[in-house]
Amino acid sequence: ETGINAEYGGLMQHPTLAPTSAPWANDTTLAGDWFYELTPYSWGAIGASFAIAISVAGAAWGIFITGSSILGAAVKVPRIRTKNLISVIFCEAVAIYGIIMAIIFQSKLKDVGHFGDFVPKDYYSGFALFWAGITVGLSNLACGVCVGITGSGAALSDAANPALFVKILVIEIFGSALGLFGVIISIVQASNADFVGNGRSK
Amino acid sequence: MSAGSMLYFNVNDGFLEGIVRGFKLGILTSADYSNLVQCESLDDLKLHLQTTDYGDFLENEPSPLHTTTIAEKCTGKMVEQFNYLRAHSVQPLSTFLDYITYGYMIDNVVLLITGTLHERDPEELKEKCHPLGKFDAMGSITVEQTTADLYNNVLVDTPLGPYIQGALAVQDLDEKHIEEIRNTLYKAYLEDFDRYCRTLGDATYEVMHQLLGFEADRRSINITLNSFGTELEKEDRAKLYPRLGLLYPTGIRTLAEAEDPDSVQAAVAHIPTFKELFSQVGYDEDKSLEDAFFEHEVKLNKLAFETQFGYGCFYSYFKLKEQEIRNIVWIAECIVQDQKSKINQYINIY
Repeated sequence: ETGINAEYGGLMQHPTLAPTSAPWANDTTLAGDWFYELTPYSWGAIGASFAIAISVAGAAWGIFITGSSILGAAVKVPRIRTKNLISVIFCEAVAIYGIIMAIIFQSKLKDVGHFGDFVPKDYYSGFALFWAGITVGLSNLACGVCVGITGSGAALSDAANPALFVKILVIEIFGSALGLFGVIISIVQASNADFVGNGRSK
Repeated sequence: MSAGSMLYFNVNDGFLEGIVRGFKLGILTSADYSNLVQCESLDDLKLHLQTTDYGDFLENEPSPLHTTTIAEKCTGKMVEQFNYLRAHSVQPLSTFLDYITYGYMIDNVVLLITGTLHERDPEELKEKCHPLGKFDAMGSITVEQTTADLYNNVLVDTPLGPYIQGALAVQDLDEKHIEEIRNTLYKAYLEDFDRYCRTLGDATYEVMHQLLGFEADRRSINITLNSFGTELEKEDRAKLYPRLGLLYPTGIRTLAEAEDPDSVQAAVAHIPTFKELFSQVGYDEDKSLEDAFFEHEVKLNKLAFETQFGYGCFYSYFKLKEQEIRNIVWIAECIVQDQKSKINQYINIY
């Protein structure tokens, strides 16, 4: 049996670094076992950081796209300034989703003792937090860009014809729902994540 | 609009696109024109223009006003807007805006050469030059005697330098060849501009290709029509057609063989746009082909604003502004000369 050492409940040291008299000395590893060689903590922590970092990148991207258009159009048509800040607020919301998710993920990371005390449930939790972070990060990236580009169009058309703004706002609302989808799925993914360990070191 | 342009355009050019669209909102509408045509004098015109984007631009002019002053001041306003955009732009928009000025530069060069041939005062000539087409070596054109000197000493350092090499044989700088020089320079300019726009991405290229193509076709047709009755040989004429536009390559070949206006019409009839334009001229007594071309140009330029995240709107804005200045000058001239019947022949933009 390769990979998981049943007696210890988890993979321990890198096979080539282990002493040859160790019980696992003759284990052969597959390439995929690399996934087990990173501790679940790293997977979980990277997930939490992706959640916030990529969401913020999406929000920032959206804000600069819509912000520059609002600035340009408002020079000749100052009345659009206040109304079009809604687009910026929608982009900002995307960053807030990222913060919330990162706090949730981070609160699930718990110390379970020695390296060797990880159980399969811990590995599951690590992977779940990682992919939940990717989910919410990339959805928010797309959502932020979408709302930004639409907001830019909204500013320029509002400057030309005030009646258009509310119609384009509807498009932005649909766009910002995309970020919410990411948040919902990511919460579902992360909901069963729990670091238990095998209780040996505690 | 390719995905790339939507994501990155606003970093450098979003603000200026907003500005130019703001400028576009100030273009005179049909309501403004209906006020202007009812003016009895140029002072009334000035009063009406004060309520538009032009504002108080004529305030310091002594009355009685002249149409040339109005034209000058309107152009000055346009140049102010251009300089604002140019000053705030970064690459590649700044090169794009420079390309817009090369067309005016060519006209200025030709004006200076013609003026010198007729021995006009250089200072007077410089005042007649279009301000957007100014370049440093303008002063030294007037003292050049031959084309070779002109090219080697003056033009080669200007942005127009590449348009001259290879394109023009050294010819005598005289009245006959000046139009050939103008057309050859302009042909090289249009082709170069098109090649440059291709590097700017789809959003810009779709719009600019169509606009530059129409300009090229229009030049080809005008060169042909104007060459009847002159000494311009058919092969020489064919060399002046830009390799751009709907008429390239097959329409140009037929155009090169044309001998009279009817054969010109036949040569372009396979393109619906031109067939339509020529037939409009046929139906309407007062409308000339130039008017039909201007109208179509306005239509194409208005379409450029339908594309976001591209540079086409910058080019189109200045073309529309030029048309507006032509309209204002036409209306002013009609008022001054008391030709109220013709006053409605301006071309409505919005």
